[in-house]
Amino acid sequence: MLSIIIAVVASALRLATPLIFASLGGVFSERSGVVNIALEGIMINGAFFSILTTEFTDSPWLGVLVAAIVGILTSLILAFLAVHLKADQVVTGVAINLLSASFTAFLLEIVWHRSGQTDPVENAIRAKPLPLINKIPIIGDLTSQLTPFVYLAILAVIVSYYVLYKTPFGLRVRAVGEHPRAADTVGINVYKIRYICVMISGALAGIAGSALSLGAISLFREGMTAGKGFIALAAMIFGKWHPVGAFLACLFFGFTEAIQIQASTLGLGFIPSEFLQIIPYVATILALAGVVGRAVAPAADGVPYEKGER
Amino acid sequence: MERDSKLKTFVENIKFPLLAILLSFLIGALFIIWTGNNPLVAYGALLSGSLGGLDRFGQTLLKTTPLIFTGLAVSFAFRCGLFNIGAEGQYVIGALTTVAAGYIFNSIFGDLPRFIFIPLVMLAGALGGALWAAIAGFLKSKLGVHEVITTIMLNYTSIHVSNFFVRTALNPSTLEGTTQKAYTVLLPESARLTQLKEIIPWFGYSSVHTGIFIAIICAIIAYFILFKTTLGYEIRSVGQNSHAAEYGGISVSKNLVLAMIISGMFAGLAGATQVAGLNYKVDMAPISPGYGFTGIAVALVGKNHPLGVLASALLFGILSNGARRMQIEGIPKEVVGIIQGIIIIFIAGERIIKFVSEIRERRNRKCNVEGVN
Repeated sequence: MLSIIIAVVASALRLATPLIFASLGGVFSERSGVVNIALEGIMINGAFFSILTTEFTDSPWLGVLVAAIVGILTSLILAFLAVHLKADQVVTGVAINLLSASFTAFLLEIVWHRSGQTDPVENAIRAKPLPLINKIPIIGDLTSQLTPFVYLAILAVIVSYYVLYKTPFGLRVRAVGEHPRAADTVGINVYKIRYICVMISGALAGIAGSALSLGAISLFREGMTAGKGFIALAAMIFGKWHPVGAFLACLFFGFTEAIQIQASTLGLGFIPSEFLQIIPYVATILALAGVVGRAVAPAADGVPYEKGER
Repeated sequence: MERDSKLKTFVENIKFPLLAILLSFLIGALFIIWTGNNPLVAYGALLSGSLGGLDRFGQTLLKTTPLIFTGLAVSFAFRCGLFNIGAEGQYVIGALTTVAAGYIFNSIFGDLPRFIFIPLVMLAGALGGALWAAIAGFLKSKLGVHEVITTIMLNYTSIHVSNFFVRTALNPSTLEGTTQKAYTVLLPESARLTQLKEIIPWFGYSSVHTGIFIAIICAIIAYFILFKTTLGYEIRSVGQNSHAAEYGGISVSKNLVLAMIISGMFAGLAGATQVAGLNYKVDMAPISPGYGFTGIAVALVGKNHPLGVLASALLFGILSNGARRMQIEGIPKEVVGIIQGIIIIFIAGERIIKFVSEIRERRNRKCNVEGVN
């Protein structure tokens, strides 16, 4: 029984990891006032380019770096259109998602001359037992089933919390997301802050994509994000636009997925799997509706800022 | 005089979408060159594959049909200031309720005549979609929950809800005692739409069905509601300025819910016609068909006008059907997806054009100043 529990916890942490990166990305972007529906598309780009890089350089960590860079580049489309041109952020996000899904499938055909999926890369980022710690009974068993991405994700949560709540930059970000005009009045460059936040969001979502491909199944499959970007968005909302809240929401969603996968071993086969699958979405709607503690978005979320407008 | 200005606004309205389409095809051409192919050959294949012959055109119309519905759904909600990203989910639920209604009515009344049965299942599909959309409309108007988030969440919920019923209550194994199948019971024959090739043999292999006429009629109805009725006037007022509408005595919350319900009906009909005209069943669907998201593109290119939606749905129908032909010629069909994405980016960034002309203006001014000096 203990080994099953450890397996479920490990699986939940692994499943939550890509969500954590992406939802932190969502937190940065939306805290500065830019709605980021494009997480899904940025993730698929990250997933593809991390595998592509690893295939040709044999260096998975370079793959993660490239995923982050590609994420930033993709997010620049959103930043340019949404911040600079004041385009509708949701429409732009939808366009980026469509474009990225097709673009990665297109490159898959160009590079691997086939559709569907790539070959697995040899040198992926896999679970590794930690020295010393793996001697401790339960924790050792658990950690030996975790990839470095899991620790990196937890680190990202701590850093994000620190940056957003303990630094002058974080204060500026939150000011810009709540009341850009007031922020502008005291000399904060609203556009610059929003650009930076959307780019951070892109980097994190790109890494999320690499965690999904490089950190899990070692290959790229067309449409492999399968709505994970939107679940991350849901986690961000469920976690009330707060890094730690989003982290906990991701863990919760990861657990529901892990339990669903292991339902029959856990003796929960009688619960229809679909019930467990809709939990993240329904929970988010309920949170927004105020049933489980009202989730309220930053006041200026999704509103383009026009300088000098009354 | 009046006609002149009407023509002017018409040209003004379609100028930008046309430019966006043209630019997107030009960028698409770069991708085709990248694959080592000739863009002219590729686009030739795209056109001949979708328009060359009545059979191919029929297949294009088949792809156009659901896009007209989802395009209408998105644009109708847009007119009320609502962004319905949930046409996808409303489509899924509409398809499900269509099959359910087919089974239920057939088991209660036996074989119904087609002229009764077909409208019944269409209505069931429309109501399914409307109900699903009403959740988002209600949450928006009563609690102020943003419809973009709820409709996205409802999209994914709908797929799992649909899978649940496909696996259990509507599975042939439950209802007909067969082995477990990966799809629902079939829609009874007399609830199915006629395929045009049964009437006109020139449609050849194409599976276009009378759903295309239902779609066109719906576009006309949407036009009529929006521009010729009080309800349409109220919906558009709320969309343009909800505060002013409220001040003018229009109930914003009522219109938000109504617009969402009507929008959902169109999306539900997309599912209904797809089931009644082509699939006759609902499959286990781990990934969604994507008509809802393409519907957003259709609505944007069609400038949220029902008649514009007809034209832009045809464009996207041509793209999606022609893509197959391009694939046969050895060009990855994903080029079409890329073109679609770029079209939306251009439409979203309508100010790109303005931005570029501003830069040019600034440069001109600079040149003038330098000239003076």
